[in-house]
Amino acid sequence: MKIAVCIRRVPDTTAKITIAGGGTAIDPAGVKFVINPYDEFAVEAAIALKEAAGAGETVTIALGDDSVQETIRTTLAMGIDRAVHLQGTGSADGLATARVLADHLRGGGYDLILFGKLAVDDYGQQVGPMVAELLELPCATAITALEVADGSATVEREIEGGTEVATCPLPAVLTCDKGLNTPRLPGLKGIMAAKKKPLEVVPVEAAAGQATIVSLALPPERPAGRIVGEGAAAVPALIEALTSEAKVL
Amino acid sequence: MTAILAILEQRDGALRKGAPELLAAARQLADAAGATVDAIVFGAADMAGLDGLGAAGADRVLTATHADFAQYCPDGIVATVAALAGGYRAILTAATATGKDLAPRIAARIGAPCGMDVTGLALQGDAIRVTRPVYAGKAIQTVDLAGTAVIAVRPGAIAATAAGKAGAMSAVEVPAFTRRLTVREVRAPEQATVDVAEARVVVAGGRGLGDPKHFALLEELAAVFGGDAAVGASRAVVDAGWIGHGHQVGQTGKTVAPELYFAIGVSGAIQHLAGMRTAKTIVAINRDKDAPIFKVADYGIVGDLFEVMPALTEAVKKARG
Repeated sequence: MKIAVCIRRVPDTTAKITIAGGGTAIDPAGVKFVINPYDEFAVEAAIALKEAAGAGETVTIALGDDSVQETIRTTLAMGIDRAVHLQGTGSADGLATARVLADHLRGGGYDLILFGKLAVDDYGQQVGPMVAELLELPCATAITALEVADGSATVEREIEGGTEVATCPLPAVLTCDKGLNTPRLPGLKGIMAAKKKPLEVVPVEAAAGQATIVSLALPPERPAGRIVGEGAAAVPALIEALTSEAKVL
Repeated sequence: MTAILAILEQRDGALRKGAPELLAAARQLADAAGATVDAIVFGAADMAGLDGLGAAGADRVLTATHADFAQYCPDGIVATVAALAGGYRAILTAATATGKDLAPRIAARIGAPCGMDVTGLALQGDAIRVTRPVYAGKAIQTVDLAGTAVIAVRPGAIAATAAGKAGAMSAVEVPAFTRRLTVREVRAPEQATVDVAEARVVVAGGRGLGDPKHFALLEELAAVFGGDAAVGASRAVVDAGWIGHGHQVGQTGKTVAPELYFAIGVSGAIQHLAGMRTAKTIVAINRDKDAPIFKVADYGIVGDLFEVMPALTEAVKKARG
């Protein structure tokens, strides 16, 4: 079982966002960057599948500038075998980014290609399924359960008002949602081992694509609200406000 | 011919409830471009009687019929839409689990840019300019998509307009396709509840509840709103295993925009606020008067939720008659 995990480096979800001078990107100053939380589910799934199979290889693949190597090492410390750093910048057009990844993955002999269901920076939610299309592979997005047996995958995904159960043959592309597993924390031994694991650097160039970011702005502030009172005694005032002001009851 | 295509979802013979909104978004673009609106529906059998289709309000309603369409069949839908795509300026889906699964694949198949979770859209020269929340709503991105664009429109973002007259139905051909993924079944949840992302009212709880069993207090208030309300949760209590992740609101959970949001014992971590700040009305109940949740709440009660909640539930029951 050979498994690729495509990851992204993103601002920590607790980070406060400010807009950089050009008005199209965030100001990275003082922001802590981490592995995209959804990618951790993909990393955990890859390691667990290889452990269950007793053989195989897991590979982290990350597109980005050199800072992404720190994030790559995190996945190696968790237990991924080796990594490829696609050195370059992605495009605002998810399809241009997907083409770079697909070109690298094609011919790699992967049984599974895993992504997080989305990256918590640009919320693009498209590169994984686009890679599947470009490679003409089966694809399931936002999976919350996965079983692999006899060359096929059985997955579950949450849809509005239900859970979809689907199967597909391998190789396949899957994007992982919270609920799939509980990602392991890298231990000291893992962190030490990660330093010696192979990390190949491959320069790449993404095309500009057909999507252009015009601006990035902070959302409008909510108008200040008010404390209607303290304890259960404040309930009538709240009901009055919800009934006659907000008109939502 | 310039036209806008809206992909409508149906399950078990009924259109999903986002159809009128999606058609309103399509109509908005079509009116600006002097174009018409086509809706397309996928099913396994004759869809003439599909509930709600008559009032959908597209200029034309295209039906694609195939035995595999008894269940969701992304490979067949992508192939069918890709074969038609040449005639369209934009292809719209709802930003639901299904719509978000389809949109990027269609875009990749036809070589088009894709915008997900779009909350606003307009023509901008040869491009379509979309706005969309990023960083879980901590920022708003404006993007120009050139050429034919594939756009997943966030439910609740664009109001449905009064439906026009239903357009003529016509069947379209489903091209040969390889079914790579097979949906075996759709399991209903153990309790028939409305999804937190689709609910008109969300009653969300956080660590202040103290114990998972106290979600019962939230369920009692939600029940007063009938089938309109869902129970939400902060990341802290989901990570603690108090409630399933499907209920989580915030940056690694769902982004919601209900008419009414109750934050009960939720302190208001930045990543939680990001997921609910576009709710129309926010009510917060918290013991700590300095909790960040009060900065975004329209109405706050400072107090012990175990004292306030039963009184609130009774009062809402009375107010709603």
